[in-house]
Amino acid sequence: MKKIISFILCAVLACSATVVFAGCGSSAESKGEVNVYSWGDYFAPGEDGLMDVIAEFKDKTGITVNLTTYDTNEELYNMLKSSNVSYDVIIPSEYMITKLIKEDMLLELDYNNIPNYSEISERFKKLPCDPDGKYTVCYSWGVTAMVYDKTKVDKKPTSWDTLWDESLKGDILMINNSRDAMAIAMQLCGINPEECTKADVDKATAKLAEQKPLLKKYVMDQVFTEMESGQAAVAPYYAGDIAKMMENNEDLDYAFPEDGSNLFYDAFCIPKSCKNKENAEAFINFMQKPEIAAENCKYLLYGTPNKGALEFLDEDIKDNELTFPNEEYLDKCYTFSDVDDEVYAYMQEQFVKVQAE
Amino acid sequence: MKSRKLSIPYLIWMVIFTMIPLVMIGVTAFTDKDGHFSFEPFINAFQYTNVFAKSLWIALLSTAICLVLAYPLAYIITKMKRSTQNTVIMLMMIPMWMNFLLRIYAWIILLQKNGPLDMALSLLGIHGTYIGNTAAVIVGMVYEYLPFMVLPIYTVMSKIDGGLIEAAQDLGSNSFYVFKKVIFPLSIPGIISGITMVFVPSASTFLVSQYLGGTDDIMIGDVIDKIFWTDQNTGAAISLVLMIFIFIFLVIMNLFGDEEAIA
Repeated sequence: MKKIISFILCAVLACSATVVFAGCGSSAESKGEVNVYSWGDYFAPGEDGLMDVIAEFKDKTGITVNLTTYDTNEELYNMLKSSNVSYDVIIPSEYMITKLIKEDMLLELDYNNIPNYSEISERFKKLPCDPDGKYTVCYSWGVTAMVYDKTKVDKKPTSWDTLWDESLKGDILMINNSRDAMAIAMQLCGINPEECTKADVDKATAKLAEQKPLLKKYVMDQVFTEMESGQAAVAPYYAGDIAKMMENNEDLDYAFPEDGSNLFYDAFCIPKSCKNKENAEAFINFMQKPEIAAENCKYLLYGTPNKGALEFLDEDIKDNELTFPNEEYLDKCYTFSDVDDEVYAYMQEQFVKVQAE
Repeated sequence: MKSRKLSIPYLIWMVIFTMIPLVMIGVTAFTDKDGHFSFEPFINAFQYTNVFAKSLWIALLSTAICLVLAYPLAYIITKMKRSTQNTVIMLMMIPMWMNFLLRIYAWIILLQKNGPLDMALSLLGIHGTYIGNTAAVIVGMVYEYLPFMVLPIYTVMSKIDGGLIEAAQDLGSNSFYVFKKVIFPLSIPGIISGITMVFVPSASTFLVSQYLGGTDDIMIGDVIDKIFWTDQNTGAAISLVLMIFIFIFLVIMNLFGDEEAIA
């Protein structure tokens, strides 16, 4: 018995010593830390001739970055809502920002600490989800488009209805995400997804149920392998990712449906649980330095809202419609910034039901 | 007394990581969105009965196929030389060291259009689709869980006392009777734990069906995942129903064998 007690005491001592030393180590050499909670793979990682922007931030400022990642906005929300972990910077999408602001979960930013905010183009300041421009600094944006295989689809699709084309039966992929799938169906039914009601969701559900027998699969990330290896003919996906797929398979091409599509954006925010607000603002400011924003844009191939970054981008990225769709097309797009919680939950439920039928 | 003290860390572990989460799922399953007591989540859960049935069916079928494949294999292995036995068991284990998702990707490549299987069968004039259907899901499941069936059966069989077999032979049994009267009855605990170890995870997994299945092969795990995005209550209710089903299954298995098999 004595042995056990002394063993436990030793263990406790050893643990506390490590903690103390670890604590000393980090405070001696750095200026604290910033806890960033972001989408996976969301910053240029230092490969393929790109800068490792996170390491660069640490070099320049001495602030340590603790990066944690999430896969869905809902995961982010549940984490903020129900755990005690504190994060300093988060990058939610538009509809989630609306929700977080409504539930008073974000801190107002001090834009004096983020001088690079002036680099953001006007379209992406005072976003619909943050009309007074108090909580957000836009990080990246994009639209939903269609990717298709030229060897399987004869002519360039012009509308989402290609995804309902009987002649492509068994070769169509559909996006496995209730918001995007419902919105595509709504646009074909002539409904504006921005202000949809439960009745509209029902119509979209019927449209999706009609599509199901024609589909090969519902996909998210799997769309890359499916399209790149020529297993399917057409799929809706995020434009920046379509650009990546096209790099890997010459037979692929893109199409912007004339119905318009979804303009989405993610923005830096600081949640109420933040403990290092100044470091968080320093991080946001750093990411909006034109040359850094350009690095991230080169990696993600999603549009950057940073005007200054354009100077640092090659012509082929700047001219790529997938990364920077033209202004006229953007005017045709809708944003999902304010769908009622209840309608959104209903959408999710109905989409699962379409799949479960 | 001493053994009770030693079990304290385990008890703490159980309470924190098993009991509390279970209670939380139970509470969530019986409340509505505003936090009041309600049966609504269960009413919602029953809208997915068909998915439930399909998942349990796929799991049962995979378990049955695993058993049919694994039992003779385990028997054959026990008949080998001791050193060969170890090598064969090792070979069964090695794929399990690799990431599950990678192995599923390998199956996608094997089964996909213009993949090796498709090419080979096309040469023989047979054209078809081998991925995106329930059969592909079952193939994936069987591949994934076969070692979990082989190992417990093998372990139990290799521990059978050789003296019992000799005694049966002395009493005039031919090899069929030795198998029927000695080996099979003594290997039942292995079969039961094998079935448990295959059925339980295959009823609740969804990765295999997501990657190898088509639009109709959604499994209950997938539904739970998606529902949890916006509606934790219904998600918890479905999980609870699934747990009850698995519990009933284990109780039934328990009737056939001794209690040790279920753990």
